[in-house]
Parts: sequence; structure tokens; C-alpha cells
Amino acid sequence: MFFRLASKSLLNRKGSVLLTILAMSVSIFVLLGVEHIRTQTKESFNSTVSGVDLIVGARTGSLNLLLYSVFRIGSPTNNIDWATYQTIAENSKVAWAIPISLGDSHKGYRVMGTSADYFKHFSYGDKRKLDFAEGKPFSDLLDVVLGSEVARKLGYSLRDKIVLAHGLGKTSFSLHEDRPFKVTGILATTGTPVDLTVHISLQGIEAIHIGWQQGVRMPGNNITTDQPESVTLQPKTITAFMLGLNSRMATFRVQRDINNYRQEPLSAILPGVALSELWQMMGILENTLRLISGLILIAALLGLSAMMLASIREREHEIHLLRVIGAPPTYLFLLIEIEAILISLFSLIIALSGLSLSSLLSGDFLVSSFGVQMDFTLFSGNHLLFMLLVIGATIIAAALPSFFAYKNAKLSR
Amino acid sequence: MTIHLKDIRYTYPDTPGKQVLNINSWKVAAGEQVFVHGPSGGGKSTLLNLLSGMLQADIGEVSVMGQRLDKISSRQRDRFRADHIGYIFQQFNLIPYLDAIDNIKLAHQFAKQNTSSSLEDDIKSLLSSFYIDPTDWQKPVAKLSIGQQQRIAIARAMVNKPELLIADEPTSSLDQDNRDNFMKELMAMVSEHNTTLLFVSHDMSLAKYFNRIDALADINIAGAVN
Repeated sequence: MFFRLASKSLLNRKGSVLLTILAMSVSIFVLLGVEHIRTQTKESFNSTVSGVDLIVGARTGSLNLLLYSVFRIGSPTNNIDWATYQTIAENSKVAWAIPISLGDSHKGYRVMGTSADYFKHFSYGDKRKLDFAEGKPFSDLLDVVLGSEVARKLGYSLRDKIVLAHGLGKTSFSLHEDRPFKVTGILATTGTPVDLTVHISLQGIEAIHIGWQQGVRMPGNNITTDQPESVTLQPKTITAFMLGLNSRMATFRVQRDINNYRQEPLSAILPGVALSELWQMMGILENTLRLISGLILIAALLGLSAMMLASIREREHEIHLLRVIGAPPTYLFLLIEIEAILISLFSLIIALSGLSLSSLLSGDFLVSSFGVQMDFTLFSGNHLLFMLLVIGATIIAAALPSFFAYKNAKLSR
Repeated sequence: MTIHLKDIRYTYPDTPGKQVLNINSWKVAAGEQVFVHGPSGGGKSTLLNLLSGMLQADIGEVSVMGQRLDKISSRQRDRFRADHIGYIFQQFNLIPYLDAIDNIKLAHQFAKQNTSSSLEDDIKSLLSSFYIDPTDWQKPVAKLSIGQQQRIAIARAMVNKPELLIADEPTSSLDQDNRDNFMKELMAMVSEHNTTLLFVSHDMSLAKYFNRIDALADINIAGAVN
């Protein structure tokens, strides 16, 4: 009867109750959304690279190096000499080395020149190796392996021919149209920037740049497609490389040696450390977002409180009647509280379903534009805690109107 | 003795100079039907609130069904009211958005006897005895006529079989026909259950239904002085 009275009373005030529920839903949606995106991005970020002990590039800040080598964001400051790479890769402490060469693109997706070792050694998430959804690693000069998103978005399948563009723009005017590549493999989805990358061999990178100087094709300098093999395709420079060491104990030793490398200024970074540095920078933004969404929720709760307070004035007769038939003042207090809790429960349900729906709808967009994989398990322990928190805040916000009802009931005569 | 008031003094805290109630002694026997008439502002509502335990006298003894209301806590008085006293007002007797059955159930909820097995049937027969059509039982009472609402109000007041029924100008919002019907049904109900009825009104034409008629001014000396 108690719940029946509370719910019928809310139904009786549909208009204001509905608006309050909407305001609450929106604020909970924002708060939960921010929280959800935050944890998901963090997880996604931290799983972009694993099992790599060091990343080496031309001397630069660790964040910059991490961003361009792993996230394919921004541009490298300088290239490093192929000889330097070879020297370090042959070091006895080094188990494997993956060279990376960047600078070209295909329809906005970055092209990365690397070696076949990349598919053997690079791992992400919880030490997971790259898997092929279709095909196999590149073996020929003009072979290309696509990340899953690239293949999906551009509708490529095995044996399709694609033309790479010089530079990083989405609409580049200088195409390497003289040497189309053949798709030999498509990687399984990883939820990392790998999905957005076009992989070719280092020799492939060299081949398409034959006859190019200073970023433009030199006229009259063309060679025919069957010529490349005849030219020596050893790259002269690469952008960066990743190292796996025989013993993790040696990491700092090797890092120091690389940072002190005499022939060329280099930077070696530990991906884990750089990732957490990156995350720390995001921390301020993150906390600001949390603060704002928290304030929005408080505003909504104050709205709820004001609405309930106004309703008590309308309901003076009702309160008096309840008193006369024997309701103690605490009953009135609890009645108002339960009405507020019902409102916030409804808002939670609406906000959570809205969030599930929108993350389902936007998941695709997030993966393809940011390489961030979203998890849709909304009803985690964290959310349960959050729901309890919202209910708790509602109880506090409704305490004032409830107390008014209580006082009203006490003085009712 | 259903009601026994002795040496009652009451002044509202916000108007300290003006005494509202001054009653030396007033008694109502069990099963009596008393018509109390008097002008508004004569301390009528205050007296009724005192009897129902909504209000505490400054001094004096308030005894209802042998229970000293001035000796028990406010929670106990709420309980006592739910168990033993039925109350009908001039208007706002029902929660407007609940239907007739829910309104009566709600009143039953606060009382002691929770024999809910046959409650629904009791309520239905109660409503039938007040000529409320079954099609109207599930409608929000705000959708019913005033006459119907006041009859449901009697049913609501009687559901816990109170020993004392207090009616505070219950007919003033009714027209002549409805008033007569209402009075007949009310009087039939109280004599059937042998309920003590305290009926307060300024409408002297209703006095014919009662065998005892008291003027408020005789009960409350403070009212007479003003």
C-alpha cells in the first residue's frame, strides 16, 4: 500500500515528475558516460602495446616517440640510420627488433613499413600476438597486410590492388600509382591502432620512393615496375624500432646505452612508463570532466528536491488526511523519500539503457576513428556502486522536502 | 464513558493572549449520538483535534474510551486514532488519485486489526451498503461526485469499526437530496455498529436526527467569552 500510494502520487503529478526524471537521466547519463569512456579508454590505451621492452627513435620526448610509433599520431622528428638499427639489433642482449618506417598513407590510414618479425613478435593487450583473419604476412615486395578496420571500412579483400599516397593527408595529390600493392593478409581486430594501419615491407617503402627526392617525383627519373628488384632496396633510414630483450633485467642497461649512443642522438623509452605518463597528462582533463558531470548531477538532484518541496505545499490536505487516519509523521517522511528514490531509480534505468544503446551505436565509430575498443558490460560492480551512490545522494537531496512533510504532519491540525 | 474532558485549557502558541479552549467538564456516554452546533471560530476544530489526539491540551485531562490521551506519546496517539476513531471532514476526505478500495485499504493499514484475508470483501460489501456502484470502485475518487465521495468517506471512517466517529461539517458541501441520503446512511451505520457519534455542524436543520444536542458555547467557556 505504501508503494502504491507513492507511485500513484507520482503518476498523479506526471508532468513535473517526468521532467525531473528526464533531468536526472541526462545527468546520470553524462556522469556514467564520462566514467565509462574514461575506464575504457584507459584500458584500451594500456593494451595498445605489450611485450615490447624498448621503443627507440631519434632523440625526442618519450610521449612524442610513443605517440608516433605506437598510436600513429603526430609525426616523427627525425629518422635514424639503418646502420644504427643494425648495430643495436645485433647486440647480444637483444632478442628481436622490429623496424618501423612511417610517412606514407592510404586514404587517411597510415602506412607502416616493417619486417615480417612484426607479426611474429609484436603483441598487445595481455601479451596477445597479432592474428590473421585472412591470408598471411607479406612476402613479396609489393604485398600489403591491412589492419581489420582499414579492410572493413574501405571494403578490401585479399588480392585487391591498392595505391599508396605520399605523405599523411587524407587526400594526397602525390600518389605512388606506378606501384600498386596487392593485399595478401588482413589482420584480426585488436582494438588498437594496429587496426588502422596499412603494413608493408621496408623494401616496399624503398621501392615506391625510387625516383623521388624531397617528397616529389623527379620527372624523367621513372623506372618501370619490373626494375625495382635490380636496384638495391636496402633502406637507408627508418623512423623507429621496437626491441625485445633476452632478459628484462637488462632493460635499463640497454636503454642507457642507447641514450648514450655516440654516432647518433637516440631516445629509448619503456612503453609502459610512457603510457602511464600519457595517462597522467589526461588525468587533469579526466578529473575536470568528472567534476563537471558531478556538478550536473547535483543540479539535477537540487531540481528534484525543489520539485518535491513544491509538491508538499500542494499536498497539505493529503498530509492532513493521512495524519487523521493514523499515519505517524515518520510515515510522511518516508513517503516523500520513497517517491524521490523511485524517481531516481527510473532515471538510472533510463540513463543506463540510453548508455547501452548509444555505446552500441557509437562503438563502431570509436573503433574506426580512435582505435578505442568499447566494452558493453554496463552492469559491472562499479556501476552497482555508482547506482547506490546516486540513490544515497537522492536520499540526502530529498531529506529537506521529506523533513518539511514531517514537520507539516506534526503541526497538522 | 466514551469521552470525558476535564479542566481543559488550550491556547495556540502563536497567539498567546487568546485562549481557545476552556472546558470544565464534558462527557459523552458510549453509543450516544451528539449534535454539537456553534459558529466557526468557536474552538470547534481545536476541540475535535484534541479528541482525536492530533493536539495536546496545555492542561487538563482528555479521556477517550477510558484512555488518557494526555498521558501517552504522540506515536501512541496516532495508533489510538487509527484503531478507535473514525473521522469525516467537510471535504478532502479521500486521497484524490487513489480509487475507493485503495482509499479504504489505506485507512485500514494504520489500524491494529490486520486480518487482511477478508479485507477486500469487507470493503466491497461496505461500499455496496453505501450504494457505490461496483463500476466506480476502481476509479480515482476525484472522478466521482461529491455525494459519492462523502459516502465513501463514511465507509473509509468505518472500516476499522471505530468506537467513536467524529463528523466535522460533513454535509456542508452537499445539496439537499444528497444531505438527506448522507444523514440516513450515516445514522443507520452508527446505530448498526453502536458507534458513538460526535457530529459538529452549524446547520440546525440536521439536529432532528439526534437525541442529544449541545451548543459549543456551553461546552467551551472560552468560546462564549469571545
